[in-house]
Amino acid sequence: MSLTFTLDGKTVPFTEGQTILQAASAAGVFIPHLCYHPEFKPHGSCKLCTVKVNGRQTASCTMRAAPGMDVESETEEINAERRALTQMLFVEGNHFCPSCEKSGNCQLQATAYHLGMMSPHFDHFFPNRAVDASHPDVLLDFNRCILCSLCVRASRDVDGKNVFALSGRGIKTHLIVNAKSGRLADTDFALTDKAAQVCPVGVILQKRKGFAVPIGERKYDQAPISETVTEGK
Amino acid sequence: MALNEMHAEAVAGVVDRVVARYRRDPSCMVQILREVQEACDWISPEAIDRLQATLGVPRTKIEGVAGFYSFFYLQPRGKYRVLFSDNITDRMLGNQALIERLCNSLWVEPGKVSEDGLVTVDTTSCTGLCDQGPALLVNNRAIGRLTSDRIDQIAELIRGKVPVAEWPAEFFAIDDNIRRSDILLASELQPGDALRAARARAPSDGLMASNMRSWREGLPTGLGGPAALLDEIKRANLRGRGGAGFTTGLKWEACRNAPLKAGAQRIVVCNADEGEPGTFKDRVLLTRQADLVFEGMTAAAYAVGATRGFLYLRGEYRYLLDHLNGVLARRRAENLLGADILGIPGADFDIEIHLGAGAYVCGEESALIESLEGKRGTPRNRPPFPVTNGYLDQPTIVNNVETFAAAALIALNGGDWYAAIGTKHSAGTKLLSVSGDCARPGIYEYPFGVSVRQVLEDCGARDTQAVQVSGPSGICVAPAEFDRVIGFEDIPTAGAFTVFDTSRDMFEVARNYVHFFQHESCGFCTPCRVGTSLLKNLMDKLHNGCGSPYDFAEIEKLNQLLQAMSHCGLGHTACNPVLDTIAKFRPAYEQRMMQQDFTPAFDLDRALAEARQMTGRDDAAAHLSTEHGGAA
Amino acid sequence: MSEKKKLRVATTSLAGCFGCHMSLLDIDERLFTLLEHIDFDRSPLTDIKTVSPGTDIGIIEGGLCNAENVHVLREFRQNCRILIAMGACAVNGGLPAQRNHLPLTTILEEVYHTSPGLANGMIPNDPELPLPLNKVHPIHEVVKVDYFIPGCPPSGDAIWKVLTDLLAGREPELGHGLMHYD
Repeated sequence: MSLTFTLDGKTVPFTEGQTILQAASAAGVFIPHLCYHPEFKPHGSCKLCTVKVNGRQTASCTMRAAPGMDVESETEEINAERRALTQMLFVEGNHFCPSCEKSGNCQLQATAYHLGMMSPHFDHFFPNRAVDASHPDVLLDFNRCILCSLCVRASRDVDGKNVFALSGRGIKTHLIVNAKSGRLADTDFALTDKAAQVCPVGVILQKRKGFAVPIGERKYDQAPISETVTEGK
Repeated sequence: MALNEMHAEAVAGVVDRVVARYRRDPSCMVQILREVQEACDWISPEAIDRLQATLGVPRTKIEGVAGFYSFFYLQPRGKYRVLFSDNITDRMLGNQALIERLCNSLWVEPGKVSEDGLVTVDTTSCTGLCDQGPALLVNNRAIGRLTSDRIDQIAELIRGKVPVAEWPAEFFAIDDNIRRSDILLASELQPGDALRAARARAPSDGLMASNMRSWREGLPTGLGGPAALLDEIKRANLRGRGGAGFTTGLKWEACRNAPLKAGAQRIVVCNADEGEPGTFKDRVLLTRQADLVFEGMTAAAYAVGATRGFLYLRGEYRYLLDHLNGVLARRRAENLLGADILGIPGADFDIEIHLGAGAYVCGEESALIESLEGKRGTPRNRPPFPVTNGYLDQPTIVNNVETFAAAALIALNGGDWYAAIGTKHSAGTKLLSVSGDCARPGIYEYPFGVSVRQVLEDCGARDTQAVQVSGPSGICVAPAEFDRVIGFEDIPTAGAFTVFDTSRDMFEVARNYVHFFQHESCGFCTPCRVGTSLLKNLMDKLHNGCGSPYDFAEIEKLNQLLQAMSHCGLGHTACNPVLDTIAKFRPAYEQRMMQQDFTPAFDLDRALAEARQMTGRDDAAAHLSTEHGGAA
Repeated sequence: MSEKKKLRVATTSLAGCFGCHMSLLDIDERLFTLLEHIDFDRSPLTDIKTVSPGTDIGIIEGGLCNAENVHVLREFRQNCRILIAMGACAVNGGLPAQRNHLPLTTILEEVYHTSPGLANGMIPNDPELPLPLNKVHPIHEVVKVDYFIPGCPPSGDAIWKVLTDLLAGREPELGHGLMHYD
């Protein structure tokens, strides 16, 4: 007998061990997410993918699907909460889209569009964060970091390098690199690393490649993020 | 050479010694960092070089862990590191003036290193000395009952560069302040008696059956039926004393039934990371009844078939370490720990003590396990739960200090005896840490079912406006509710009982708690990391008299978001003090709100200060009022 | 369309570049349609210098970088029933806010004292000049803002969509293509 659960009233099949988010993606249903990436172990930190399972909020990227679960995702209540989370991420860092090379290809931006985020709503933190331009091929702009730890996981689990890690705690949590100097140039990071490919926002950027695609033709200009659900598969 | 600089060879020597003692095991990272810092005053880049080489782990891992815990310093912090406890009770006892006095006396700004590198003065979350505050930690040694005189003496000692070990012993005297004892605090258990009683209780046929099972499952043999002990724990209706109140018997049984992978073992962890502001009963239990706690852990090990145990002791209780290690050594000598306990072949269990390093979130069991494994104390995704996948992915039970102490008594006297104490739904007794506005702060042990009113009467509280039960993450009880009782069926608690009389401003109480949660948020999930900071800023805005009804509505919205979206209990409960005080002490908020719909997020006039200073202007146009923010 | 009282609309640019106003003009011939429904009050388009009390809609381009910006914003808020933040600078501080990681004192030093080619430079202190704020802020941090049109600048179509939604009594919404932050 095939296994199914209900997602916003629709029957969604799943296989043993699949999370709600994985099963939804396989069925072509978009659930907003930032720290989740199909190639990596779910992390569960951004909370954008929060759904209600049998009336209780939980992250759908870490919650395994179970037969008969009643899952709500696209409700006004949940989307309002998700919108507030994107607003929190926008005010926590310095996200100035007009000057960002990732604009148009940025998952945070596209997710905020999807959720109808018209303003950051909260008071800005305007944190003072550095830029690391030391590496010959890659620029690190920490102003845009949302602490999803995808680069941490990619470098550790795929590249076997541990170039990135999170340090600090609470609102002071920040990305660090594996060098005494704290500079990317002094690590063994390479442009060909998986970690160079996974940043959902504009922190890890290839130098001399910015703004390569004209406005109007960038990834999320062409289709909203909700229609790119099978990405990475 | 500045005070904090050690020769690289000396640092390397320290690191090598510490790393060797921890068998080059990176899962002991937190302990290794703590000991390196104790010897070197901070964790220098040179120390990290050496750790990286000797442990064979990347620098990012070391810096990631060190950066997480408040008590680890990646920058020089002075030979003397003074941390004032900044719980609301310390504030009520006047710690602010004392901090200022010490800073003035030592010519140092709070949070900054003095120019000569001698000292830093800063604040920290509640250090568990609420009944004898104001309190501070100096190089992880606790000093309570601070007065102006004592502060002056401390300043003198620091200026004279007297090593902390040579400071007057009476500074470090910590009182137990036991005001009411019941079965736990009055217990005169002879070490080993509870284990012997548990063994004797197993029926002989049960003993056989159990031993067959024990052998099959790798459980220790001979102590006569782990199952029989488990039955007693269940019959006792023992529930966890850390606040959540999970049924202990179920937890133990789930761990015992969890499949063991090859080479794995079951683990017993005692959670002594007593970080909830206002709670200090575990400190007293560990001081006075350490044998009871360790005996309970050993009994638990038999019940679940565990062979390794940890006591996770909060860093603030560092001064208990020698005492506790002494008790463990004695128990080993008495064959109550180690191999073949009580002479029973295969009954192996031992306990090691791990110290925390200033992170409240590590009181959450999965974060605690992460910390035990030498990682950042971030709560895990669940399921799986620790009972199946805990310490190093092995079946693990984590229980509170008081739970283990109670378990020892149940092993000794049986479940029926225990279940008869307290109420129908809450068996046994509860230790309350009473502090705040009362004549007799300290530890009170009551059978469950005692009313708030009774406790207030016993501790000599007058004109009480409110009691915060179970700390910031618990509930705020108003006078109309003083007949409510302590128990899982009414007011569950981890043990804090903080009393506020009518002179106190309940808004300020809530604001102190909001600051606490903001400081202790681990930063893993978005809603808690950012939400607690936003909440703190809004509460500060109200505190500064700049808040509006709009901000008040924002506070309520943030609270809902934290409750709905956070990763763990810290975020879920971070809004409790605010929601409770809004519900019960609304005027404390309303009197702070300006009569406008909206007020600016920041002080507009202050935002012009730099420009005024640079231009030398002070005319009317060089100022801005903070009014007129509202709608037309 | 039945005879309805025309709505009074005021606009201004604070710490902005007038690019959003250019976008407003970019609604092209639809301006004529718009003018059937609204009258412009204070605006760079009319050169009226003060906002009339009882104005229906105030549209703000730009964030707050100095004291004058704050005064103007407050005048708008006091006199407009509905206030709209138009464009990235009004919504989140935008380009001017990119100075926020630098202390204002450093900026003024650099600009008026230490820049090459400046001899005997001094920081202007004429009371006629507004003093700069130590940080640039989006307008919702100082007054209550009712609606936001993101974009740097928002397209003419996006502005048109929000205005027509409002005129029709709908909650303004920008779908894919109209909603952008750059």
